[in-house]
Amino acid sequence: MRRAIQHLIAACLLLIAGAARGQLTIEITGGGGNQIPIAVLQFAGEAVLPAGMTDIIEADLLRSGRFRMQYAGGVNLLPTEPSQVNFGDWKARNTDAIAIGGVQRLPDGRFEVRFRLLDVPKQTQIAGVAFTLSAAQVRATAHRIADVIYEKLTGERGVFSTRIAYVVKQNNRFELRIADADGQGAQVALASREPIISPSWSPDGTRLAYVSFESKKPVVYVHSLTTGQRHVVANFRGSNSAPAWSPDGKQLAAVLSKEGGSQIYLINADGSNVRRITESASIDTEPFFSADGQFIYFTSDRGGGPQVYRMSAGGGDPARITFDGGYNVSPRLSADGKTLAFVSRRDGRFQLAVMDLASRQMQVLTDTQRDESPSFAPNGTMILYATEVGGRGVLAAVSADGRVKQRLSVQAADVREPAWGPFLEN
Amino acid sequence: MRKSLFAAFALVMLYGCSSQETKDEGKAGVEERAPTAAQPARPPASTQPVQPSQVRVNPLKDPKNILSKRSVFFDYDTDRIRDEFRPLLQAHAKYLADNAGAKMLIQGNCDERGSREYNLALGQRRAEAVRRMLVLMGARESQIEPVSLGEEKPRCTEQTEACWAQNRRGDLLHSGEF
Repeated sequence: MRRAIQHLIAACLLLIAGAARGQLTIEITGGGGNQIPIAVLQFAGEAVLPAGMTDIIEADLLRSGRFRMQYAGGVNLLPTEPSQVNFGDWKARNTDAIAIGGVQRLPDGRFEVRFRLLDVPKQTQIAGVAFTLSAAQVRATAHRIADVIYEKLTGERGVFSTRIAYVVKQNNRFELRIADADGQGAQVALASREPIISPSWSPDGTRLAYVSFESKKPVVYVHSLTTGQRHVVANFRGSNSAPAWSPDGKQLAAVLSKEGGSQIYLINADGSNVRRITESASIDTEPFFSADGQFIYFTSDRGGGPQVYRMSAGGGDPARITFDGGYNVSPRLSADGKTLAFVSRRDGRFQLAVMDLASRQMQVLTDTQRDESPSFAPNGTMILYATEVGGRGVLAAVSADGRVKQRLSVQAADVREPAWGPFLEN
Repeated sequence: MRKSLFAAFALVMLYGCSSQETKDEGKAGVEERAPTAAQPARPPASTQPVQPSQVRVNPLKDPKNILSKRSVFFDYDTDRIRDEFRPLLQAHAKYLADNAGAKMLIQGNCDERGSREYNLALGQRRAEAVRRMLVLMGARESQIEPVSLGEEKPRCTEQTEACWAQNRRGDLLHSGEF
């Protein structure tokens, strides 16, 4: 009963709150090679759903840059079973895989979606999944189906069901928003008259750490997305900023200036047990944990200009990682620990770059002027970042090889400070 | 799970809406006891007694008083305090020295180029430079908190050198203004 009431209250609030004004719209600005030709057929009976499920699946797959959509029309009777598929026809259309499915309305008002992914050359089923869903879960289910297709055909886990956090500035109002990875379903997590920067997802995706200036100085908060509660993690004398979660979600690295200069500290997620881990007279900031928790990458100007360094998470002597150019900042590591994304200043332009840590080979991925705040997708394939187009802040995403490019913008607003959330278990 | 997430968003919305709205321009609100000491000495006999509240001009707000000037500007990529700002800092240091109960927040600022977090640290460095100077000039360490707003609160938003120069700044806020 209590649960039912809670859900009812939640539903009412959602109606009042609605979606955040101004959705992110995504524009694909570059494509990749080696795309897998696939056809996503309309699911039989799909019209009973409130939103076009196969359209969402197609859009997800296209956005990844890894697929080419083959013409899926001209099928008179939509197949729901492999036996109903004319494989010869699809082979003639140069299609490697097709997705088919059916939708039924259940007596309780919910829906059942049965989906199959078929290998055309082998004429076999690669995957088959059934989902029971409410009308509100159409988008989420479509993303899960796209994840299944992506994983089966590329061998990598899909990120279509993940979420992103970002900050929108509009008329001197700052909103920390959370949206699906395709920019849809945005919700406001925090609204303020003062800036909000540096959102960082907890590894389990239930909490966000960020910096808020609501008390006239930077203070680090942890905000639970499951309870809506938040608490101060660091509000020491001076500035408190740049929070980064440890992979176990138990502590944060953050930058405090309580002893003078900006130095990196470890703090338990409840704000206790504060201990300093860098010892320099320089700026040490922008800490980021490697996925195994062993290392912290950070920005330091101990050598003159700001460069990326790496140190053991327990402390000790840092090693310099970037040498090319006089300004390399905002290090973020891919989940497999192999690729470092950062922002590099070259001829007065701030551009997103990656470095293969094994070969130390560096590659600039963008041709924009004002790139900031890179953030890897949890599967490491794409990097989300902030940049400026036409004097306005937008988000952009680029594949780690630089070939696939997208732009995400909100009408008449500045969008900045993106952070790509982790994989969610179910 | 999904339902509880939606519920969470709703709660978060509520929480978000209730967050304090603050404005940058603090009210005059300087502590009552503060101004007397900094007040220039008056010839005692020449005037009739009047209500002190009418006579007292808040030196921090008096446009003729250097204490009403609150900003120190910096060159690109440096926290060096230019000589032209020494008299201003001297006056604020004296005010703090003369008013033991007075507090100050120094907000360091940067132009918008480059990483927000690195700029936050650069702004902190500028705030620390102002703090050190004030302490050298007689203010107490415990009276001053140096913080940074990084590139987040620009005074000027055009992408020109003249504009950026206005944003490379340390602002001095006295008690009641933060």
